[in-house]
Amino acid sequence: MYPSRFDYQAPSTVEEAIALLSAADGEAKVLAGGQSLIPMMKLRFASPKTLVDINNIPGLDYHRADADGTYRIGALCRHADLEKSSTLAAHQPTVAAAAPLVADPIVRTRGTFVGSVCHADPQGDWASVMVALDGRIVAQGPGGRQRTIPVKEFVAGPFQTVLATDELAVEAVIPAVAGTRAGGYLKLERRVGDFATAGVAVALELVGDVVRQAGIGLTGVGAATISADDAAAALVNTTLDPDSVENAARLAAEVSRPRSDHRGSADYKRHVVATFVRRILADVKRVHPEAA
Amino acid sequence: MSLDEIKIGGLGASRRRVEDNRFIRGKGNYVDDIVLPGMLYMEILRSPLAHARIRSIDVSRAWAIPGVRLVLTGEMMQARNLAWMPTLSYDTQAVLATDKVRFQGQEVACVIADDPYIAKDGCEAIVVDYEPLTPVVNPEQAMADDAPLIRNDKVNQNDNVIFDWEVGDRIGTDQAFAEADVVSEIEMHYPRSHPSPIEACGSIADFDRSTSKLTVYMTTQAPHIIRAAVALVAELPEHMIRIVSPDLGGGFGNKVPVYPGYVASILASILTERPVKWIEDKTGNLISTGFGRDVYLKGQMALRNDGKILGVRMHTDSDHGAFFADAQPSKFKIGLMHSAFACYDIPSAHLTARGVYTNKAPGGVAYRCSFRVTEAMYFQERMVQAAADDLGMDQAQFRRVNLVRDDDFPHRTPFGFLTDSGQYEKCLDIGLEAIGYDDFLQQKEAAAERGRLLGIGISTMTEPLGAGNSREYDILGIKMFDSAELRVHMTGKAILRTGAKTQGQGHETTWAQIVAHELGIPAEDIVVEEGDTDTAPFGMGTYASRSTPVAGAAVSMVSRKIRAKARKIAAHLLEVSEEDVEWELGRFHVRGAPDRGVTIQECAMAAYSNVPDGMEPGLENNAYYDPPNLTWPFACYIATVEIDPETGVWDVLRVVAVDDCGVRINPMIVEGQIMGGLTEAYAMANMQFITFDEDGNCIGSNYMDYLLPTAWETPGFELHEVVTPCPHHPIGAKGIGECATVGGPAAFVNAVMDALKGHGVRNIDMPLLPDRVHEAITQRHDVSGAPPVKGS
Repeated sequence: MYPSRFDYQAPSTVEEAIALLSAADGEAKVLAGGQSLIPMMKLRFASPKTLVDINNIPGLDYHRADADGTYRIGALCRHADLEKSSTLAAHQPTVAAAAPLVADPIVRTRGTFVGSVCHADPQGDWASVMVALDGRIVAQGPGGRQRTIPVKEFVAGPFQTVLATDELAVEAVIPAVAGTRAGGYLKLERRVGDFATAGVAVALELVGDVVRQAGIGLTGVGAATISADDAAAALVNTTLDPDSVENAARLAAEVSRPRSDHRGSADYKRHVVATFVRRILADVKRVHPEAA
Repeated sequence: MSLDEIKIGGLGASRRRVEDNRFIRGKGNYVDDIVLPGMLYMEILRSPLAHARIRSIDVSRAWAIPGVRLVLTGEMMQARNLAWMPTLSYDTQAVLATDKVRFQGQEVACVIADDPYIAKDGCEAIVVDYEPLTPVVNPEQAMADDAPLIRNDKVNQNDNVIFDWEVGDRIGTDQAFAEADVVSEIEMHYPRSHPSPIEACGSIADFDRSTSKLTVYMTTQAPHIIRAAVALVAELPEHMIRIVSPDLGGGFGNKVPVYPGYVASILASILTERPVKWIEDKTGNLISTGFGRDVYLKGQMALRNDGKILGVRMHTDSDHGAFFADAQPSKFKIGLMHSAFACYDIPSAHLTARGVYTNKAPGGVAYRCSFRVTEAMYFQERMVQAAADDLGMDQAQFRRVNLVRDDDFPHRTPFGFLTDSGQYEKCLDIGLEAIGYDDFLQQKEAAAERGRLLGIGISTMTEPLGAGNSREYDILGIKMFDSAELRVHMTGKAILRTGAKTQGQGHETTWAQIVAHELGIPAEDIVVEEGDTDTAPFGMGTYASRSTPVAGAAVSMVSRKIRAKARKIAAHLLEVSEEDVEWELGRFHVRGAPDRGVTIQECAMAAYSNVPDGMEPGLENNAYYDPPNLTWPFACYIATVEIDPETGVWDVLRVVAVDDCGVRINPMIVEGQIMGGLTEAYAMANMQFITFDEDGNCIGSNYMDYLLPTAWETPGFELHEVVTPCPHHPIGAKGIGECATVGGPAAFVNAVMDALKGHGVRNIDMPLLPDRVHEAITQRHDVSGAPPVKGS
């Protein structure tokens, strides 16, 4: 691999990293797992003047639930950390379902959750999951200033976020819910590590047999990650009865904006979205018979 | 007492591969591992457009970069008469574009610099002014009346047709169709694929002005052909050219042709008088080097109601890209396409073939196959299934009716090849038994009642391997024999060199086994060397499963020459006449007195210390082997699948493979070849293709778009064997390297099509992507052609 020339910096604190980003004036890229950035540099699609490698910053590799149920994922938490977690599924079934489907085992070992969301690839799995969960990104700027941005607003378009050039995404946050978390993630790919032909994330809050909150995120079927709000709304205050499920499936397919390409036709991808919404919800009903 | 052949690593021993010892320790020596003093690095600037006129090339900014030592353009090549080079199919190919670019990824300029980063920076600094022209991306467009002329560089080329060719018996075939009860028809496309070895192509050219010697380290499966080509084409003296093919990270046919990068690196070394290294990246490899397949096939089969095939008509439209650079040595325009139906007893057949230019990468290499046999056998087995369906006959029974019988050899194939051996029905029976054919048909029926789609597909075929006999094959007029040179040292150890070139096949292991079989010298006492034209005997290299049939035979023959001399020495040592000496593995003894004997090692020592009067000392020899015929392995592959009707995703349930490749030198390596081939077959059927959008952009230029299956997707394979020795090969071996790649795809596709029987679908073209299968299920129609890349 022969990228363009770049400076390499390896700060050991978040503050130092932010100072380097500020100094680079928009010409820097943050290196976490590097599983998207390095290939882009190889192809010279990305030619940052400075690479700010955050891997030496201690204390960012966590994922944990707060006492109130808020779930926090640090900037250096790898996909594999989530995949191998024995406690994640109980807290975050949608995240747990998606973790083993991200890319391939090699990428999962290095790549990070937060980095993937920041990369804002419409084919990225985690942005869909976070959209479904109404997740947030915590961005830190100079002077310790922090702001919490809902992922629906954080992703501004394909490969674009609202992160300022002097901000570092330090943490992803999934808010707590009062009821029970349920949901899942399904992705159609031709081969492990392939970009999604289509992917669907569904996150529900169940109270008894009633859906209190719902979110649906769609992967790879639009120019950016899609939040299927109408489809999700069709599930709220229902018991996942067949009509509601069918409604949600139809609305999710309708809001998809896939392109026909060598992974499949647009019509087919919409069909897969609807099918996956149905399958995830059928699985929720299987796991939570009280909601049936 | 005779030696135990398996213990000494002889024929039939599943000996561990000796080369793996260095490969798995990272001690392999690939082209990119070689570093020469003062070496420069070359990078190629490629065309972003599929078809465009070059108005101008401005290289001034590249020259201005510190560390850039040379910039090569087509104009500079032209000044040295090197802008175009001949291809192995008697066409010409641009080395660096002068007038036009004719495919996306075509080589336009080269930058040679102190390091590869600078070379790449230099390429980015070159400004090329292109005038876009209308691209031609498939045969239909190529043959349209108003099609743009791609090869306007060629005198007398007024359209995009390369050849119109036919073979077979037109009149007899017409008669067969006139007598038919049923005529079955099918049309299909075999998509463009790429061999994609792990290691891409590369070279280090090192021209030494003081000695006038040119040494080229390069990724080639056929170093001697390269030396001959350089000598004959560039008119350099042959003894001043040394081609070294070091360890190769796979080839699969991709490393047979001569590529522009090799030529440019040679010129760059001559001009700079420094070694110049060129290492292609994976995208460069995928978009510009020899691809496989890309053929549209049409066929008709004349059938009798009882299932007997009376005749076959085939037509192919093949897409060769911008230059007719098929790396194939047969005397036939469309390679061995007419080896189709060789395993069936069919009285007559006729094939017409048309080849066209398009604005796509040139190539048409034999990607793990003998020159279009993959397309031939895929066509054959898809046609056979369609015919069985049209007759309402069971697909296994239909094959049984038509397969050539064991006592019918030698057998003339429908297109005139001569097959010599096989037990076809036995292979089919073993396969059906192993998969549990009757049980599966019952399961399938029961599952169908619950809305599940199960299917079973069979593919039976024999293919011509081991190019080839000198009647039908040559490269640049050179006959396709191969060679071996064996030197037995005084302590009974030996070095063997051949004209073949291993690239993963395991020659270092298996050639030693042949010598062990012939001489009784333990395989571990024999070192095998290949790939250096200064030391290896002349040979035509490794591709088309030709190593064992040709070079392997030469190994056997040279060993026998050594044994003949050793016999004379043994007679001398034993003080008896030669007629009274008997051979047992590794030892000669006096007839009738088995205790009185000398070992081959003792003979070797005597060859250097105590030869009989009048005998030359030493124990070494060479052999050149021109095979009397091709070898004809047979295979029966059976796959079962289940389709998810909602998504069109299909999963492989089981795969059974029955291979008859004659005598197996190293069963473990044979099994590895079969598993690798089946994996590639599964890839072709399931996910793998290179397609182009309407602008001629290559969709498949990286491994996110061109998919190689991982261990995750690849199904398990159940292997079985039948051994019918090849009657003309010294040890009875037949080729095996490509059988599964060739015969496998049809088994998977036939299985999916079997599952869809009754859905109004006759054909889905590969790859059987979920959306194509889903379209066929829901729309109840065929899904044909290269997967289109439509607008949104």
